[in-house]
Amino acid sequence: MGIMAFTLTYNVALVMFGAGVLGVAAGVTGTFMFLRKRALLSDAISHATLPGLCGGFMLMVALGGTGRALEGLLLGSAISAALGLLAVNFLKSRTRLSEDAAIGAVLSSFFGLGVVMLTLIQNMSAGRQAGLDQLLLGSTAAMLREDAEMIAIGAALVFMVGLVLHRAMTLTAFDENFARALGLNVPLIDAAAMALVLAVTVAGLKIVGLILIVALLIIPPVTARLWSNRAAYIWPIAGAIGGASGGASGLIGAGLSSLAPDLPTGAIIVLVAAGFFLISLLVAPARGVLASAMRHRKFQRRVHRRQGLLALAQGYRILEPYTRKLLQREGYVRADGVMTERGQSAATAAQRDEARLAYLRSKPDYAEFLSRHDGLSDLSRAFTRDELAHIDIRLEDAS
Amino acid sequence: MSGAEFVPLSLPPILIGILAAIACALPGNFLVLRKQALIGDAISHVVLPGIVLAFLVTQALDAWSMLLGAGAAALFAVVMIDVIKRVSRIEVGAIMGVVFTTLFALGVLLLEQSSASSVHLDVEHALMGNLESLIWLEARGWASLLDPVALAGLPPELPRLALTLALIIVLLILFWRPLTLSTFDEGYAESLGLPVRAISLGLVMVAALAAVTAFDAVGSIIVIAMFICPAAAARLMTDRLRSQIWWSVGFATLSASLGYVLAGYGPLWIGLENSVSAAGMIAAVSGLILALTAVFGPKRRPATA
Repeated sequence: MGIMAFTLTYNVALVMFGAGVLGVAAGVTGTFMFLRKRALLSDAISHATLPGLCGGFMLMVALGGTGRALEGLLLGSAISAALGLLAVNFLKSRTRLSEDAAIGAVLSSFFGLGVVMLTLIQNMSAGRQAGLDQLLLGSTAAMLREDAEMIAIGAALVFMVGLVLHRAMTLTAFDENFARALGLNVPLIDAAAMALVLAVTVAGLKIVGLILIVALLIIPPVTARLWSNRAAYIWPIAGAIGGASGGASGLIGAGLSSLAPDLPTGAIIVLVAAGFFLISLLVAPARGVLASAMRHRKFQRRVHRRQGLLALAQGYRILEPYTRKLLQREGYVRADGVMTERGQSAATAAQRDEARLAYLRSKPDYAEFLSRHDGLSDLSRAFTRDELAHIDIRLEDAS
Repeated sequence: MSGAEFVPLSLPPILIGILAAIACALPGNFLVLRKQALIGDAISHVVLPGIVLAFLVTQALDAWSMLLGAGAAALFAVVMIDVIKRVSRIEVGAIMGVVFTTLFALGVLLLEQSSASSVHLDVEHALMGNLESLIWLEARGWASLLDPVALAGLPPELPRLALTLALIIVLLILFWRPLTLSTFDEGYAESLGLPVRAISLGLVMVAALAAVTAFDAVGSIIVIAMFICPAAAARLMTDRLRSQIWWSVGFATLSASLGYVLAGYGPLWIGLENSVSAAGMIAAVSGLILALTAVFGPKRRPATA
């Protein structure tokens, strides 16, 4: 027991719920940025929140408050992130710099400015700033009910807007010109997507922190992409993975908190999501490591089988150990290397296919016809019976 | 200000800042031209878990083992990005995002849970470095610059960075032709028989070397900023690669020295008592320089306009 000996308290449920809703919203929002090949723009947006966060704090203190009102901090961070986004767009469209340089430049200089302001705050009034540097990496230790509610409401809003816009966003991501031709306002859709990213960042400040929130926007969509080629499925899968990462990490964080009270929640959420990614990378059907290894082996078997049968047809003995084992296992040859009846007919068929192919290859007119075949499988899969009969007649004429 | 105060307290950090800035800006020129600017971002994030792991293995804050750990982590990240790209056939930017955020999160978690957090290693230090604390106690004034006994007491980061910078300059001169050829026209370089993949990997490794050496002294913010901002600003000043590199060196030097001075003395000028983060200020100044060149730079326009 030990680690897992905790009760599902109200607070744990609160964190799980907040992080889960946040994960769903981030997964859905991130999908658009990912399909639009702009995943790392989210990184610039989230880093650019820091100066606004500090500015909001300083302004609130200057106005006589404690500076800890979440609304003020969030408003400040939204403003500076929007400025950062404008800067990226300016550098990209008005200068010759490419988008990646613009992202990196804005990310680092805004964050640098934020750090300067953070140290200024630390000097300004010791103690009161304690909350601010927790927003870098997230923390649930001090999460209040209002915070969780605010996160959940914000994330739910983001999710709903994403749901409404997702068709337009997918269209824009896949074919900008087609979307424009349909009468969609592409710049507006892009702006809406970035507003959603910003909203996710701001909502996630408290739990995930601004340095790692980008992971929650990137990892679930990339993981979902491993499972499906269809945008219509990537959205919900990414949302589900994000939600599961958020919820599970809330639980893990609570489970470990008896051992380590200062666990940075942001890091846990990211690592749980990365766990989903790694598992998917191994087992996903189309793009996974196991699947492609299996495809490779299957291809290898086909090549060996065909080469082995052709060799048998010409009366050679099979010496290559893998081919011999393969043909034997599939019942084409006996243990002593002699062809079975089944092997005989398969070998004849392979040889006949090879002769047909050789004939087709020798006539340039058939090039397009030939392109239907992969050079390896049974010819009857690529050509109709009539076509094969036609080839056979030509073959006989030729010989 | 007198030399007796400036030389021990401000000269070493300024020099270290300048050396780190130039060491990052040089490979940064090529990263920006190759549209690989965010590799610098990725590398400077993954350095963290490397350093923490090195600390956990050796249980000491030994500079060389940390450099080794950070270098290994950078190499691991580059290989991972390449492998995942090949297996999954997904856009490389997103994969970079997955790999570096995951490794960074791992670093943060290890850091918080290891005893490292009670030593001088912590996340804030990783982000902001400790430029201000790199002082030269043995110095008594300008004369100490010629005194071998006092010189032996220089912060070890200074000679280490100087060595790294020298190595980068030598590599840059040695591989100038293949590097520029493959940067501007990869197809042509390949047809000449140049190993373009090896050149590309070599560039990333040099960037990693610069990042890793600079990281300990100045933190990851400066590393990212210096990879990108001076080179990007220089690109808006000139069409010629040679002069672009000189401009970037100038901008890097200016950012580091001006940023340090502003952070150290700026708050005093406006009546505050304490200085602010030098690393943050240097990054902000480099961003400001880029903003100025983006508005006034002679070669700022996109090629099509």
